[in-house]
Amino acid sequence: MKGMNALNYRVLKDRLFFGMICLFSWLTVVPLFAIIWELGKKGLKQINFDFFTKVAPSTLDAMLAKGSGEVIPGGIANGIMGTLLMVTLAALVAIPVGIFSGIYLAEKPKTFYSGIIRFLTDLLQGTPSIVIGIIAYAWVVKPLGAYSALAGATALAIMMLPLIVRSTEETLRMLPISLKEAALALGAPYWAVMLKVMLPSAFGGLFTGILLAVSRVMGETAPLMLTALGSTMINWDVVSPTSAVPLLIWEFYNDPNLVDMIWSSSLFLMMLIFILNLIAKQVAKKWRIQ
Amino acid sequence: MENTIKKTIQNPVLQFKDLSVSYVPGKNAVNMVNADLKENRITAIMGPSGCGKSTLLRAVNRMHELYPDIKITGEILLKGENILKMNPMEVRCKAGMVFQRPNPFPTMSIYENVIAGYSLNNVHFQKSQRDEIVETSLRNVGLWDEVKDSLTKKGTFLSGGQQQRLCIARAVALKPEVLLMDEPTSALDPIATNHIEQLLLELKKQFSIVIVTHNMSQAARISDMSMFMYLGDLIEYDDTKIMFTNPKDKRTEEYLNGQFG
Repeated sequence: MKGMNALNYRVLKDRLFFGMICLFSWLTVVPLFAIIWELGKKGLKQINFDFFTKVAPSTLDAMLAKGSGEVIPGGIANGIMGTLLMVTLAALVAIPVGIFSGIYLAEKPKTFYSGIIRFLTDLLQGTPSIVIGIIAYAWVVKPLGAYSALAGATALAIMMLPLIVRSTEETLRMLPISLKEAALALGAPYWAVMLKVMLPSAFGGLFTGILLAVSRVMGETAPLMLTALGSTMINWDVVSPTSAVPLLIWEFYNDPNLVDMIWSSSLFLMMLIFILNLIAKQVAKKWRIQ
Repeated sequence: MENTIKKTIQNPVLQFKDLSVSYVPGKNAVNMVNADLKENRITAIMGPSGCGKSTLLRAVNRMHELYPDIKITGEILLKGENILKMNPMEVRCKAGMVFQRPNPFPTMSIYENVIAGYSLNNVHFQKSQRDEIVETSLRNVGLWDEVKDSLTKKGTFLSGGQQQRLCIARAVALKPEVLLMDEPTSALDPIATNHIEQLLLELKKQFSIVIVTHNMSQAARISDMSMFMYLGDLIEYDDTKIMFTNPKDKRTEEYLNGQFG
């Protein structure tokens, strides 16, 4: 009977332990839902067609609209276009550089040089974004004499790089060696083996890594404050100051009349990142390595 | 080495001359192998695990170059030309290889897999020529009737046995001088194995085949010539019939009787 009690006690302890696991997993999920709920409740009413096509309103317009109880006119088109411009520019540089470095790491995993690359990419991944902003300021803003989309894109490219390098390396190393041997056994030159067989086979992982890198830098604010500065107009000129969605959120926060726009802009950014992650998941599933 | 048998034949397709391969300095995985291989015949290389049979085979199409620690000495002559002095890309076009596990390219369709030897080497043909190569190669491996309506499907959708035949088609499409096979049926079920064995008997009319197998009965069924390797040495090399009925070396006899291996 005594043994029975001990057994019951052990069962109870196990149940309690599992209950704790469930409880803490809930504690992770609750804030996420709370964030989305908050953003949706406060931001959704601002999101209309103008939100995507018009530039950010002036303080005066916003004040007048608020006074008469209307929604604030205008949108965040300057921010959307700026983000698009800078992320695209950054991706154009970071993707090829990152993929080729990743190939090097996967192909020569044990050399001293690859150890250095790996250490530096890890370091870069942990570097505070404001520091990278300062670097881009010194390298691009100073010599050009102006804040620009180019400077912003430089900062973002540096931030994307380690993510792409490591995801490329990890995906390529998951591919079976037999695949490379099969291609080499046909007398294929090394470049064709890598570009026509290995990279396409790793497509799912590469693409997911790129999307996650993009969604990571899309919300970066600090480096852009020092580089792109912001702009009230839609700007396609890469050497002029440019806006971005996170920069606009910061500007809205500093303007009491525009505070309502914070929520809709944040909701937009959140949704965009949510969609990118969703696509990344689907791609990873569809093109997973067999 | 006293037991190394030097067998000289007329017009050999492949010749090993004092061939040694080592993974670790001073320790040969393949030790001073000398042998001439006949054209349009199936030569089986048998032996227990770790005897160097795969190592020997992979030396022929310079697969060892992937691993810089491996050292090769001696000569391998393919139709009289020393392949160790040729460019590895050229060697590999002339010596096709089929691996232990089917490894079709997962991103390519059946059609693209067969033509891959050309497309990866940037050799371009007109479509009619490409179609012909694909059809002949697939017919060569008896896969044409099974896949002719699904050429655009991924090669990985096929069954294991079909995938392996696709890999053989991919190798024969390049019309190699010699076809190297590294235990090509060890990952397949008996029916698919039988299919491949029948196929090899057909293919030897056009190609010279070297097959590594740990399956003695397979060697007995399909090969014309057999090599027995043990601890890196080529112990015996003879007509398959002679070797299986009247082996000259005691170790060969013991292996064939299943006393080790």
